[in-house]
Amino acid sequence: MTDLVLQTTDLTKHYGGVHALEGANFEMKKGEHVAIMGDNGAGKSTFVRQITGVEQRTRGTVKFDGQEVNFSGPLEAREAGIEAVFQTLALADHLDVPDNLFLGREITKFNWLGPFRLLDYKAMREQTIDGLNKTGVKIPNIHNTIERMSGGQRQCVAIARAATFKSKLTIMDEPTAALGVQETAQVENIIRTLKTDGDSLILVSHNMRQVMDLADRIIVFRRGRICADLDIKKEDVSGEDVVSYITGAKTQPEFEDSAA
Amino acid sequence: MTDTSHGTGGLTFDKTKRSWPNELNILFALIVIIAIFEILGQVLPYMNDQSFLFDTKDRFDSIFNEARLKIIILQVAIIGIIALGVTQVIITAGIDLSSGPLVAATAMIAMSFGQTELVNGFANPKALFGTWAMDLPVLIPVIVGLTFGAFIGAINGTFIAYMRIPPFIATLGMFLICRGIALWWSGGNPISFPTESFKWIGSGMMPVVWFLSLAAIFHLIMRYTVYGKHTYAIGSNEEAARMSGINVNRHKVTVYVIASMLAAFAGVILAAKSETAQAGMGEFYELFAIAMAVIGGISLQGGRGSIIGTVLGAMVLGVIRSGFTYVKLDGSYQLMAMGSIIIAAILFDQYRQRNRA
Repeated sequence: MTDLVLQTTDLTKHYGGVHALEGANFEMKKGEHVAIMGDNGAGKSTFVRQITGVEQRTRGTVKFDGQEVNFSGPLEAREAGIEAVFQTLALADHLDVPDNLFLGREITKFNWLGPFRLLDYKAMREQTIDGLNKTGVKIPNIHNTIERMSGGQRQCVAIARAATFKSKLTIMDEPTAALGVQETAQVENIIRTLKTDGDSLILVSHNMRQVMDLADRIIVFRRGRICADLDIKKEDVSGEDVVSYITGAKTQPEFEDSAA
Repeated sequence: MTDTSHGTGGLTFDKTKRSWPNELNILFALIVIIAIFEILGQVLPYMNDQSFLFDTKDRFDSIFNEARLKIIILQVAIIGIIALGVTQVIITAGIDLSSGPLVAATAMIAMSFGQTELVNGFANPKALFGTWAMDLPVLIPVIVGLTFGAFIGAINGTFIAYMRIPPFIATLGMFLICRGIALWWSGGNPISFPTESFKWIGSGMMPVVWFLSLAAIFHLIMRYTVYGKHTYAIGSNEEAARMSGINVNRHKVTVYVIASMLAAFAGVILAAKSETAQAGMGEFYELFAIAMAVIGGISLQGGRGSIIGTVLGAMVLGVIRSGFTYVKLDGSYQLMAMGSIIIAAILFDQYRQRNRA
């Protein structure tokens, strides 16, 4: 049991009459990279939001790292070890890279000064450079403010933030949706680094090539339900197969009754 | 390993690559304005070769006209203290309109605990309370004043952070409430004749000492402490700050409390300097404080600016005020010039932002 980093049972979210997510049973092992695919409105983001505590689920249980959890907000999830990179980047535009990496968890000196405790800029700078080197993120000058960076650099900073702090599970929601070819390649490299380091990752993506490239397993959502669980490393699954699951042309037998 | 395809930019920490600080632009503007007055002094026929900045009379061994420099900074010191707080509020993308009336209300309240019992051997004619409130140690009126300021700031902050009232509206309401409190406190009568120790707070160059000391302290706080970093983060991207685990609401209340305490302290100094407190004091102070911050490069959208900028902004206003007196142009021109400079400052800031993007 303990090698499961995340397990959800009957995870359900209704927005009024809209059943955005219905009875999702999902589990993933430590070190596994799982991709979540599905059409717009299939429930991918809703699923992620229930795990990260951004929203409160209607029903079901979430077990994280062997413990049943009820996060009241993203902050609690983060403290427990789930780092999320959201579609809307949570970066402060006027601050530089170390400031953003350490926002809300600054390294400080003279902590008895309470809110006026001093920032340890040197330690944060060094750890930032370490962290960026480790993840292979390239940023010309870490003292540039975020507002002066390209979309790809911003995304890299956001991902580096998730990766620098040894989280037990990283969740990326469409990390490359708005990026160019080179920037996408850089983000994908970071994801590969995470894999080599044995970090667990949930990747929400529309990009078939990327998913086939990076993930161990693909979970397909359709109309709020899981309709396929494809172990692409073991089974021979083609892109067309995945598309048929996404569009509803196919459904795996074990999900027939739930995804009908 | 994978460094081949997309450049090897690598990581640098290069101090020389840091951007040109906006403060230097304001300093430059300040020097230009001083130069203009200096030249006007030489050119205008009725000026008798006076110098704006330099000591021409050679009475002392000094290069600069110290008397003028002192007046320039003394004139902006009290509003400058308010501006230090307003700067922090604006950096969180908020605004504080209540500071001017808060100055008046605090001046009234603090002064009523700072009165002396006997004036020239007679009972204080402006005494508000009985003898129990007379000749108290100076700390008492100061603490009462600062506590009142903190209370007003806490109300401002609570309504803005927890009840989601736009800062403009919440502090506009508080603007009227504080002016009302100032009038109500003594029924509209001035409160005068403070103790010697209370007078000392605002005597001579003391306002400047307070202003520059507080500016130095808050410069360090904004730059080197968690409080400062979080203030910038909230103004820059409130949602990101929240997601990063910053208690945004509590932090905003703290910022408004600090801003109001600074305004309250300005009220105490003003009362001490004037040796009287009147309900009409501090008129337009809130607007001049905001103007100082804006001229100093504090963005009303939040996230950008610095205490140094605001101090320079204050100096710009001080120099203009003093310079117009120097070239013997009356107050009406001063106001027009100040207004133009505020607008010019915003235009320049927008231009800078566009060029950066």
